[in-house]
Amino acid sequence: MSLAPERRDLIVLVIFAAVVLAAPVLFKPIGAGYPDLLQKFAIYGIFAIGFNILFGLTGYLSFGHAAFLGVGSYTAVWTFKLLSMNPVPAIILATLVGGAFAAVIGFISLRRTGIYFSILTLAFAQMSYNLAYSVLTPITNGETGLQLNQADPRVLDIAFGRDYGAVLPSSDLFGLDMTGYPGFYFCAVVLILCFFLANRIFRSPFGMMLRAVKSNQNRMNYTGLNTRPYALAAFVISGMYAGLAGGLLAVTDPLAGAERMQWTASGEVVLMTILGGAGTLLGPVLGAGLIKYFENIFSAFNEGILMAGFDFLPETLQHAAVAVSSLFVGEGWHLTLGALFMLIVIFLPGGLMEGINRLVAWIGRRGGGGGGEAPATAPQTAG
Amino acid sequence: MSILSVKDINKRFGGLQALNAVNLEIEQGTVHAIIGPNGAGKSTLLNCFVGRLEPDTGTVTFDGKSLLGIQPHEINQAGVARVFQTPEIFGDLTLLDNVLIPAFAKRDGAFRLNGWRSAGRERALIDRAGEMLADVGLGAKAGEIAGQLSRGDKRRLELAMCLVQEPKLLLLDEPTAGMSRGDTNNTIDLMKRISERGVTMVVIEHDMHVVFSLADKISVLAQGAVIAEGLPENIKGNERVQEAYLGGAHL
Repeated sequence: MSLAPERRDLIVLVIFAAVVLAAPVLFKPIGAGYPDLLQKFAIYGIFAIGFNILFGLTGYLSFGHAAFLGVGSYTAVWTFKLLSMNPVPAIILATLVGGAFAAVIGFISLRRTGIYFSILTLAFAQMSYNLAYSVLTPITNGETGLQLNQADPRVLDIAFGRDYGAVLPSSDLFGLDMTGYPGFYFCAVVLILCFFLANRIFRSPFGMMLRAVKSNQNRMNYTGLNTRPYALAAFVISGMYAGLAGGLLAVTDPLAGAERMQWTASGEVVLMTILGGAGTLLGPVLGAGLIKYFENIFSAFNEGILMAGFDFLPETLQHAAVAVSSLFVGEGWHLTLGALFMLIVIFLPGGLMEGINRLVAWIGRRGGGGGGEAPATAPQTAG
Repeated sequence: MSILSVKDINKRFGGLQALNAVNLEIEQGTVHAIIGPNGAGKSTLLNCFVGRLEPDTGTVTFDGKSLLGIQPHEINQAGVARVFQTPEIFGDLTLLDNVLIPAFAKRDGAFRLNGWRSAGRERALIDRAGEMLADVGLGAKAGEIAGQLSRGDKRRLELAMCLVQEPKLLLLDEPTAGMSRGDTNNTIDLMKRISERGVTMVVIEHDMHVVFSLADKISVLAQGAVIAEGLPENIKGNERVQEAYLGGAHL
């Protein structure tokens, strides 16, 4: 409690970095300790952290952020094709192009607030999706998706004498292949940097202004602050995070398709942020991890696994239990997610982070209970 | 010397002449009260000073610059701060942050992308914000969330938010509306102290107790026009003013 905020932030950052780097070991017991899934945790964690800078701080709810994710992926694949298979230029360009798109869409959408802003971003994202899917086929390769080709120029690779021969290349960082664990660790390091940057923004005067945008724009204007550039800066920063995440998706799997830009993908990042706790630092990463875990683990459950799980029941009950629960797994994993989302929004409007904070406070009260009377008054003042 | 000069402004809303050829000179360092019955055009007039409304004709000049056709944040940056009828504060933030935000606005201007350095390191501004809160009697509540304050405390917080910017002109729209007697007297004391520091104030007020405790000069508005202007003792006995306040009730 008495820790200075900066010290506490440092501790959170160190723990966060340790958990992310040790994820392959830590997540093994819950069946998530393999690089393909861990990469997704990291990448969508970045996407959600960025989204939270816009939604969590300024309160502007964008329903079109998947557009920037998609733009980032296309940019990264084009960078691979034209320049180099090295992931660094790919993600830098993906971030910049994502930010440039966000500047244009944000400039127009931020003329409105509330539901009208959300609808504008949704419309722009659907336009981007349709452009990518059909109109801009020469750039995006339409419904097949943009892929690498042996005949791609890759001018930087050629200039540095790097030849991939007749095989289809995969992205590599100076010889380190970006598949499997090296790919995950590349994403993990970027995630930690992104988390650190978000932390700085949260604690800065700029972050304070973004919270003020959410709280009272009228007061801001009469206080000498121009709200528009603050909201636009938040929009562009979150667009850059989305572009970066899209670029990383292409680094680990060099392919970009239009479906990445669809409105369901935009909705997913909204769910991640709210599920974890909008406006909190860690919440969006937790939410992203949880949703990707459900998507990959629950959706893989089938009747065989369920039968084994309900083995202890008598046979008729076992069949009934499997029949009911199979609705919620496999193809039906969305049903579980929906139920979980409803529970959280109703009982924990602050998301998982609110739950964790309540738990910590509860443990703190129980732990301090032996000390005397003082902790007993705490719940009354808190209530 | 006049700091705010209003010349011949008219404002019409459909068939209603809300302001009718209003002229006003606000002297530097004074407390100027604008009084008048409901619907007299007091708030409309104030809104013309801060960029919320644009008069149809006329000029509003502050410190040698026109205030017309510029944004509210530009007017504030020029040195005009405003307290609203219903306190406008940042309800989700702490009291300290509420006062820090205007302090940053004063130092860094209307927009600055300072996203790296922690706000916690701005010791000088934090100390100043803390002093400001103590000054209005909210020092002990600096870490609380502003939305939970009582109405009187919200008003005090809003005053602190304006004062931390050291404005040249402070506009107050019914600063004691809806307050208890005790809160009203506290607010009067606070405003007297502010005035003693040389801050020019324009106060719109219904409560004559407040007006006559504070004002150096009074303008009376009725049906969009200034019907009387002068020192408080002259206004008290003015017949036209008593008429405007229905049936000549004694002020």
